[in-house]
Amino acid sequence: MDEEKVITCKALSKKFGDFYAVNEITFDVNKGEIFGFLGANGAGKTTAMRMLCGLSFPSSGEATVAGFDVYKQQESIKKNIGYMSQKFSLYENLNILENIEFFGGVYGVERKEIKERSALLIQSLGLEKEAKKMVGELPLGWKQKLAFSVAIFHRPKIVFLDEPTGGVDPVTRRQFWDMIYEAAATGITIFVTTHYMDEAEYCNRISIMVDGKVEALDSPANLKSQFSVHSMDDVFYQLARGASRSAD
Amino acid sequence: MNAVTLQNISKTYDKGKVLAVDDISFEVKEGELFGLIGPDGAGKTSIFRILTTLLLADKGEASVAGFDVIKDYQSIRNNVGYMPGKFSLYQDLTVVENLSFFATVFGTTIEANYELIKDIYDQIKPFSNRRAGKLSGGMKQKLALCCALIHKPLVLLLDEPTTGVDVVSRKEFWEMLKTLKKKGITILVSTPYMDEANLCERIALLQKGKIMSVDTPENIIKAFPYMLYGAKSDHIYKLLNDLRTAKQVESCYAFGEFLHVTLKEKQDDGKEILRVIAEQNGHSNIWIEEIKPGIEDSFILLSAEQD
Repeated sequence: MDEEKVITCKALSKKFGDFYAVNEITFDVNKGEIFGFLGANGAGKTTAMRMLCGLSFPSSGEATVAGFDVYKQQESIKKNIGYMSQKFSLYENLNILENIEFFGGVYGVERKEIKERSALLIQSLGLEKEAKKMVGELPLGWKQKLAFSVAIFHRPKIVFLDEPTGGVDPVTRRQFWDMIYEAAATGITIFVTTHYMDEAEYCNRISIMVDGKVEALDSPANLKSQFSVHSMDDVFYQLARGASRSAD
Repeated sequence: MNAVTLQNISKTYDKGKVLAVDDISFEVKEGELFGLIGPDGAGKTSIFRILTTLLLADKGEASVAGFDVIKDYQSIRNNVGYMPGKFSLYQDLTVVENLSFFATVFGTTIEANYELIKDIYDQIKPFSNRRAGKLSGGMKQKLALCCALIHKPLVLLLDEPTTGVDVVSRKEFWEMLKTLKKKGITILVSTPYMDEANLCERIALLQKGKIMSVDTPENIIKAFPYMLYGAKSDHIYKLLNDLRTAKQVESCYAFGEFLHVTLKEKQDDGKEILRVIAEQNGHSNIWIEEIKPGIEDSFILLSAEQD
């Protein structure tokens, strides 16, 4: 097994006072993998993601993201990852093209490149007619698809998706996953959180956090047989039911 | 008697440019647990705001607990419990202060209706002196439900109470709703999670401001007109694309572990047809079975017909 590791995480912890929000989590994520990062509310997912995105310093432990150290090379991490959440939206008062140009520019993509790639992107999304429309006028499903495309526009090694499909209709939710699969096929690693247990099935591997610790880590099929249940919903329920913590 | 009625209700925003609710009619029977199922933008919140008299419809009539939303708006406000999608309690008041505030506003006391909220309140009682803003998501949700119940409403209106909440808390919340239903309270609840539809007695499937179907979850599933097949192989994403492009296939969607597939024409040997397509495309470990559809299958089909 000498697969390229895009994230390595060893006994990574984050303490707030006496409280271990994240308690010695250890895992690796391989290149091109779709990695599902699940956990109950308050299990420590957001805190862990913030450390991996270079937005917060760990209290102890080691981790690298895209080959960069989470203590010393936070700025390099930020340049090499993409990020998208349910709450994060693009600039509603800029049009589609302007949003792409803005974020492409922020991530240091060359002007010429931006022009070529944004034309291709708009074409592949079938948004030629809407390119000059304000992003605020687009339906939610389109906004999320566009936000994802923008998050991977600078061709990051890894993209972090924090509940990208919350509230989106069932058809668009599936189209969104088509885009995730396509991105993974080009070698971009996907790190995704979700509350939809059917989406957990679309991941190559899943980790489930309970009370700050990673309590399970394997493929969906192996997790189901390990817990002798038929659905990811039951796996999650069995693990998270015993949780003592709950928060936003 | 019907606890909630809507008759040809329409609502537009932005000077008529955005049609949020499009000629919607349905009834909720007294004592019923009724679900509005649909994604963001389906019109769920507009419907709640019209029923709670916070918003005027452009057209149509509606009533709650026998009161008209326009003529009797004051009576509606006194007789419904409303939990908006956004947490709307006072963040700077403690748990018990919030509860006693809402009791007082409605001219009652916590003690008078304690029996109704006891099961739920017991779970947050250890934190009764904590400020609401410092509560966890699950506890906020329980407090909001207590505050919506403290005046013993005839009808409970819950706008996406389980959105963004994890599987465990969602299960607990639906257990609470079942208990309240047994106490005779009518509940109208909305959710974007299709799997929660099965926990309601009757549901309305909503998309883009329109009702696509109103019935019991069982009947909606029964009305699914196709034979549905589950399919998987070692390369599920490749299988998805291979089946989608096959000429015999009507639809193919990812559904958790399996793909859900329907065929264009009714076939006696549908399983065999799909297996041959998979084999021709070089798949291994092929698994294909006839399966029962769920609410989400019906929703996808109905929204395709709507477009």
